Formats: sequence, structure tokens, C-alpha cells
Amino acid sequence: MNRRDILRRSAAAGLLATPAAGLLAGCASGGGGDKDDATAYKGTKSEQNPLGVKEDAPLEVVIFGGGFGEEYAKAHEAMYTEKYPKAKVKHSVTQEISKTLQPRFVDGTPPDVVNNSGAGQIDFNGLVSQNALADLGELLAAPSLDVPGKTVKDTLLPGAVEVGSYDGKFLVLNYTYTAYGIWYSSKLFTERKWEYAKTWDEHIALCKQIKAAGIAPWTYAGLHPRYMSWPVIATAIKLGGPSVATAIDNLEPNAWKSDSMRAAADAWYQIVKDKYILEGSPGLDHKQSQTAWCQGKAAFISCGSWLESEQKDVTPAGFNMTIAPTPSLGSGDKLPFEAIRGTAGEPFMVPAKARNVAGGLEYFRTMLSLKGAQDFTRKVSSLTVVAGATEGVELPYGLNTVVKALDASGANGFNWVYNNYYRKLERNLVDAACGEFFSGRTSPAEFLEQCQKGADSIAQDTSVKKYKRAA
Amino acid sequence: MRHGKWPLIVTFLVPPVLLYVAFVVSPYLQAFQISTTDWLGYSPEANSVGLANFKALWHDDYVWNALKNNAILLGLVPVLTIVLGLFFATMLAMGGRSGRAGVTGVRGGAFYRTVYFFPQVLSVVIIALLWKEVYHPNKGLLTSALHGLGLPAPTWLGDPSTAFWCVLAVMVWSNVGFYVVLFGAAMSAVPKEIYEAVLLDGASRFTTLRRVTLPLLWDTVQVAWVYLAIFALDGFILVQLMTNGGPNFSTDVIGVRMYDTAFGSETKFGYASAIGVVMFFLTLSVAVLSLRIGRRDRIEYS
Repeated sequence: MNRRDILRRSAAAGLLATPAAGLLAGCASGGGGDKDDATAYKGTKSEQNPLGVKEDAPLEVVIFGGGFGEEYAKAHEAMYTEKYPKAKVKHSVTQEISKTLQPRFVDGTPPDVVNNSGAGQIDFNGLVSQNALADLGELLAAPSLDVPGKTVKDTLLPGAVEVGSYDGKFLVLNYTYTAYGIWYSSKLFTERKWEYAKTWDEHIALCKQIKAAGIAPWTYAGLHPRYMSWPVIATAIKLGGPSVATAIDNLEPNAWKSDSMRAAADAWYQIVKDKYILEGSPGLDHKQSQTAWCQGKAAFISCGSWLESEQKDVTPAGFNMTIAPTPSLGSGDKLPFEAIRGTAGEPFMVPAKARNVAGGLEYFRTMLSLKGAQDFTRKVSSLTVVAGATEGVELPYGLNTVVKALDASGANGFNWVYNNYYRKLERNLVDAACGEFFSGRTSPAEFLEQCQKGADSIAQDTSVKKYKRAA
Repeated sequence: MRHGKWPLIVTFLVPPVLLYVAFVVSPYLQAFQISTTDWLGYSPEANSVGLANFKALWHDDYVWNALKNNAILLGLVPVLTIVLGLFFATMLAMGGRSGRAGVTGVRGGAFYRTVYFFPQVLSVVIIALLWKEVYHPNKGLLTSALHGLGLPAPTWLGDPSTAFWCVLAVMVWSNVGFYVVLFGAAMSAVPKEIYEAVLLDGASRFTTLRRVTLPLLWDTVQVAWVYLAIFALDGFILVQLMTNGGPNFSTDVIGVRMYDTAFGSETKFGYASAIGVVMFFLTLSVAVLSLRIGRRDRIEYS
């Protein structure tokens, strides 16, 4: 065999090996089968132990290694072992939740607690439709660990349960409370004597002023343009009321082309048309655009309340980032200017086939105790879904503005969940439409058309389970 | 001698074959089976749906869009890489100043050879991140250079009209070095006398390359072609890290589609396996075809 034969043969081997990488998924199926209930850990329920935790049962917790780090989880685990000293807690961190855990779900040996978050998140639609998640209802009914006389449910902020519910069953604990809005630097605005505009016309006038001062009014994550879908939808909801969001979530025909959505898209098109967006933004990812904003190259950015901790390393001292609701379109708006999108985020779940389901629920009860929540807020500067957990905790500047904005919004707060029901619709389809729209390649009508087409394709896909929520 | 053959074969060949069957062949077969189910990946339950996944594939615009991009890659990446690789290898082997006796490479050939090989040493992930910064629309190398010359710069990866070509350029860039070394090694195996004879006959460098070097290197070029064709049908890592198929699906490739369907925005493992099966047959046909079409009489010099 000469050299060329070797090369030729190795080429043939390469031919076989290359696509194999993609087919790796195949290895995972086949095993498993239904697990015997006898292997599940069960303890005796009592007043002290309402969930029936077996005190020496091991607990496995998998945390997403993202912006929050893992220290907060280690603290929660320590609180758990404080109560159950005989329990051994296995802690691990990964950024690739789906790739790491998929084989274990199939095998019927998933961990007991999973922080299903980040870019490698497992699509909840798939998990719920395969009954892979344990019902957390028992947790809600259990008494709170350290708020006397209240059940866990009583201690949660409004909306926390709805977000994690599918067809009325509470399956996903979204632990953080996140506000979505428009961010600006108070320092920059005070220096330049600008004031955040409460109506859209004033906002455009302010943009003009900012641009004249040599700063780009807006920037956005061009490689993840869905960040810009949030203020557009929020503007539409404030104009037309929460039913705008319900229609979108329920995949109603032409929900994306409602009058309110049209008015909102038309309004937002102004910042594209008048070139109020930092040049090059379509080529920036979220971190690059947020950094440009922190460096004062742009005045506004759309983001959730995780922004402050995500930007901790690059934010100049005294930058004083502030969140604000989207401007009102006019006096005809159904919701006041103060209304802001607040929702529970950062999903945690207990797999239905976990061996220690009771331990998983008890771990959630620990997280949702006042002590656990306060510790989280202190460690990662984010709010939790536990009411009153910010008391006695010193909050950083940005988070303080979030708390104030949520207070001001109060009962007028709104939310949408189509991104939880149908991950692909937001992540892929609306995302692509936003990219085209905010880089000026499509008109408002074409933008909404593209979003609607995406929603219709999900609605027609019989392999995707559909969920409805009440208005 | 004949007696001792079988124990040897059994000892040395059976274990690798078993490993190959267990870790390569069986996942393949399993993928074929999964592609006929509606398996959603997070429970052992799956229903057989026959060829429904393939039918859905046929009507899936996003898959067709990805295939179109793969087809362009297939048409351009191998040609560009091989032409550039041959050119550089020729220059390194015999590009030295004309008029001098014998066949020499350009000055500093060893240095160039090392530099060309750099991308091959870097992991693909690093290449992708490196180029993402080069293509940074505000402070990237390219934008800064163009702005320095007073020229306008596009947003590179942020614009559907440029993003695909930006990724394609990185694919060629990251591959050329390996083929420079591969072709260089093959050229050094060509007896020098042949070149000296050609030079004496007064052939130009281009004629030498076309009439002498290329035919003698044909087998190597063909292998390179197959490798690059497979690469072009895949292209997954670079695309996923640089653009994840965007903006507006302009850089989407079939590998990204498959990944996204199973691990990304959905958990449709059955459907993703169907995409994988299609990819398998495409890759197989392309490889077989390019080996067939490229078949020529082999030249032996000894």
C-alpha cells in the first residue's frame, strides 16, 4: 500500500466519521424504560416534613453556569443539608443543559433538581409534552419554611405561578423576578440635562437631541435581535391592553398583525428610519452591544433586569444604570406609562423520574424561604419571586430602579409567555424578523407579516403541543 | 506462514471491527430507525411515523434554504481551497526567482510553510471566535482597516448579503494551510529531473503546474477534493459559533438545522435524525461522485 492509498482510505474513513458527530444523538435512545417506583426515595410526611423527604436520601442538583454563577446554589444546598444532615448533596455545573442531561432523561435517571436555563436550555414544550416534569403543586401547598402561617404559594409575587404553569399544572419554578424595559445611564442623562421621555413623540424628539450631541440614541444585540421584540410588544400591549399578549400566546390567527401591533411597529420604525441606531449594531452580539452602551456610545438599550449583573465587569463607576418602561404611544393607551413587563424567570425543575422528587421539592422550598431568597439577592443582585425578600438587603443602583419600576407598575404590570410555550417561535422566527426590521431591510408591515408567518408555522405544526392561557 | 495468519488477524482485526460496529455502525443504524419516529428526546417513548419526517422535510423551506447554502459551499470551498493550496505549494516548491539554475522555492519558504499551517494548529472554536472579532463591525480589524483608508465598511456578520461570504472566507482560510503542506509533501515526492527537463524545454511556471505538477498530484488533489466536499456539507462548528445560521437564516447550513431541531429551539430528535439521514446520503453520494468523476490513469514513477 503506498502513500496515496493510505490517503484515499483515510478519506473514506473521514467520510464516515464526519456525519457521525451529528448523529451522536442516536446513542441515547433505546435504553431506559419505565423506572420502578420502588427505587424512588420516600419519607414519612409530618408537620415538620410536609413533603415527605427521606432524610438520608441523596439529592443531585445541576446548576446552569451562567451569569449567576454557582455560589448561590451552594448556599442553598448548605441550607438543605443543615436541615437534613444525613443527606448527601451532589452539585454540578454546566452550560450545556440539554446536551449533558438528554441521555439521562431517556435513561430514566435524571438529576433531582435542574436549573434549565441558558442557550443550551431544553425546550419546555418538549419536556412538558413528554410528561418529563414533576408536578410542583404539592410545593405550593406546603407551609413556607420561615414565614409563619403562610403556604409557599402565599409568599410568591403575583404571576410567578402562572409563568411556570402548563394547562393549569405548575411544573416549572421560575426563581428570579425579571423586569424588561429600556435602560439608560442616569449619570449621562443628568450631565446632559436629558429627561427620559414618557410618550413616543417625546422619545423621538429626545433621540434627535441625543444624536445631535454625537451619541447614538439606540443600540441592540444585532445577532440576537429578539431583544428588540420586547419593547415593540410591550408598546403594543400598553396601547391595546393585555389581550394583545394573550392573542399572541394563544397563537390566534393574525395576532401579530393586530392594530396595536401595527401601531407599535410603525412607531418603532421611526428609530430605524431616522438612523437613531448605533452604526454596526446589526453585527454586535448582546455582550458587545451592551458594552458599547456602557461605554457611552449609545443612550438606550432594551434588556431585562439581569443586565446590571451581566455588565458588572465593564460598567464604569457611577454609571447608574436605570430601567424605564416603554414610552406611551398616546393618550389612548389602555395601560399607563408606568406599566412594565415583569415576569418570573430562571427556570428550575424537578424531573418526573428523579429518584428524590420529594427532596427536589424540599430544595425548592429552601430556595423560596425568606432566608434562601435574601441570600440569593445578596449574592447575585437579582430579585426573586419571593415577596418581601429584598427587605434588609442593600441593592445595587440598577436593581433599586427595577424595584421602584415594578412598584410603580403594580397591578398594571403585564407579561407574555409564548417564548416559554414555543421556544422556536421567539428564538428563531421572531428573532430573524426583528433582525431584518431593525436593520432597515423590511417595513413594519413586512416585519409583522414575517412574525405572523412564524406563528402560523408553529400553529400548523401538529408535532408541537399547544397551550392556551386565559386572558 | 499460512498457519499463523488467522490468529494474527483475529487478534488485531476483530477488536477494532467490534469497536467500529459498536460505536460507528450501530449509531448509524439507530439514527435510521429514529428518523422514522416522532421521538422527542426526553422520554423513552416514541411512535413510529413511517416516512412522515421525510415528507415534512421535503416541504420545509428552512431545510431547503440550508441545503442551498451547503450547495454553494460545496461549489466554492473545495475549488478555492485547492487552487490557493496548489498555488502556495507551487510557489514554495518552485517559485524561486527565474533564471537561476535548478528548481527552488521562494525565499523564506520554511517560514511561510509554518505560517500557512497556523490555522490548522488552532482549534476551530478559537478560529471562529478570532474571526468574530476580526469581523466586529465597530472595532474589528477589517472595519478599522477600511475606515482607515476612508472607505465604508459593511456590518460583515450582521448583514445577510455579506455574512455568508464572510463565513465562507474563514472556511477557506482555515483549510488552505493543511493543503499547502499536503500538496507540498506530494510535490517533493516528484523527481526533480522531471522539473529540470521541463525547465530545459522552456516551459513557463503556469504550464509546469498545469501540465506536469497537477497530473502527477492528481490522486492527492482528488483526496483533498473529497475531504473538502465533506467539510463543505458540514461546516457546522464555524457557522454555529460565528452566526448560528443568522442573520435571517442567510448562513444556515444543514448541520446547524439538525442541531437546532434536536438541541436548540426544539427537541424533535426524530425529525433531526431524518435530517441527519439525508445528510448522510448526500455526503456519501458527493464523495462517491467526486471519486468517480476524478478517476484517471495513475502515473507511477519508479
